[in-house]
Amino acid sequence: MGSLKSSAAFKDPHIDSVETAPPAAAAVEVKDSLYRRPRRLLSFQGKDLQGFILGTLSLLAFLTAWHLLTEYRVNFYVRFINVPSPGLVFESALRALHDPKFFSHVVLSCRRILIGFAAAALIAIPLGLLMGRFKVLRDILFPVTEVLRPIPAIAWVPIAIMLWPTNEESIVFITFIGSFFPILVNTLHGMTLVDPVLVRAAQCLGAKEFAIFREVYFPSALPHIFTGLTVGMGVAWVSLIAAEMISGQYGIGYFTWEAYSLVQYADIVLGMICIGVLGLASSAAIRSIGRFIMPWNK
Amino acid sequence: MDAIAPKGLIEVEHFHLIYPSRDGETAAVKDVSIHVRPGEFVSIIGPSGCGKSTLLNAVAGFLKPTRGSVTVDGEPVQGPSADRGMVFQQYSLFPWKTVRENVEFGLAMKGRGKQARQTAARTLLGLAGLLPFENHYPDRLSGGMKQRVGIVRALATSPKVLLLDEPFGALDAQTRLIMQQILTNMWQHLNISVLFVTHDIDEAIFLSDRVYCMTARPGTIKAEIVVPLERPRQPSMMVSPAFLSLRKELMTLIREESLKAMGGEISEAALEGLSIDLHGQDLASLL
Repeated sequence: MGSLKSSAAFKDPHIDSVETAPPAAAAVEVKDSLYRRPRRLLSFQGKDLQGFILGTLSLLAFLTAWHLLTEYRVNFYVRFINVPSPGLVFESALRALHDPKFFSHVVLSCRRILIGFAAAALIAIPLGLLMGRFKVLRDILFPVTEVLRPIPAIAWVPIAIMLWPTNEESIVFITFIGSFFPILVNTLHGMTLVDPVLVRAAQCLGAKEFAIFREVYFPSALPHIFTGLTVGMGVAWVSLIAAEMISGQYGIGYFTWEAYSLVQYADIVLGMICIGVLGLASSAAIRSIGRFIMPWNK
Repeated sequence: MDAIAPKGLIEVEHFHLIYPSRDGETAAVKDVSIHVRPGEFVSIIGPSGCGKSTLLNAVAGFLKPTRGSVTVDGEPVQGPSADRGMVFQQYSLFPWKTVRENVEFGLAMKGRGKQARQTAARTLLGLAGLLPFENHYPDRLSGGMKQRVGIVRALATSPKVLLLDEPFGALDAQTRLIMQQILTNMWQHLNISVLFVTHDIDEAIFLSDRVYCMTARPGTIKAEIVVPLERPRQPSMMVSPAFLSLRKELMTLIREESLKAMGGEISEAALEGLSIDLHGQDLASLL
């Protein structure tokens, strides 16, 4: 039959190689094509063209839906009457680009994140490493961290306002609290996963206590530390925005909330997008630092 | 050429290892006395769980004998040290260090300068045919290459003795044979004593000057066999009459112990009598 012949001509290249390659190699090849490589319809110079096109289409569909819902002020229980359209948000973004006040909000938020997050990392990483290495320290501190850890950073807001002399410091403190525990817990976790054979190998090569800590425990925990930093950065932003909305005078969270109070609805969405972009950029920054520090970790 | 004086006399005297268990105490190793003369290659062979790795770990300094003594060149072993290089069964390269950095590690611990470390590491890597991979991370190497780096790394600090715990257990038969030749080559160059733990009879004979055969748990020395094959060893020797008769002798010794180690529920008689009365029917038709 003609149809059979044409289907043979259309054969998947991987399956073709099964017939020509020796049996053992063929088995590997089949496994590869079936389980490792996802099937793609389109690719351009090895790049995932299909993913790019579908991703772009999906984003365009989202924007169109948003535009239609707001343009026609759809009202079916969920009310789109006051929600700004993409066009309005774009206009307000153009206005914001020339507004130094908007930038000062953004810069201030970034500064708070940077200080709070850096302080958390500088305290939580060494603490986690030491707690992981010395059981006494773990026995003393672990119960305290377990009690404090489940409390969301936002719940600290009233206490933070009481604790610190200025609003600025209490907001930074909330950011610190938010990122502290994910970093600590992941560092501690990384320390428990150190391969004991590597420790013994280091001992056989003459490494003493501190060298083993520096050369085996620390690099072994690093990937987990970076997981903690990424999670911590996410929680830091959540905590920052909440704190700024509650007690702030400046910052992108305050900007978003203020826009609501001042009935500048387009600015609300502009603030939201801005927060999303900043969050994305900061976690991408952590990932690329991680790749730079840990070239072995692919 | 100056011959390097052989070093590293290992002496294990009346070694017992007893650990507390639910019903009192369990002996893992019982009254074992072995020795490795300077420059000698000695293997310990035995069924799994017989305590051969325990013995090796005691020489490495990772555990203390309950009774008895372990000395190297007359000095009691107090703990792990760079004097006793070790190659582990599991790949134990530091994943965050390149091949060369792994080999340099022991020298760095000794406080050697960067230039000296690099020269030593590159020389050794060259001997093992690994120089092209010096800047690779371990996860990009094959199992055989990883173990070669492991051996080179253990030798870099010029230890008195080299201890190997089933280092080729995870490798395929062909790679294993090549690795065995590489190991004996390096050993002959360096003139150090080697204590090698394995459960592979061919491997033990092919590599060693002497082989200790251990009993099932609690491990004791069942036999000591001298391997009279000449050096350097060649793969062709593995079919020589001398090799085969040693192989037969060791197989008989090990088989008895392996059956014992399997808990006694399998006996030689049971293995031979695997014929059940099927009432004249074919087994395949019954299934």
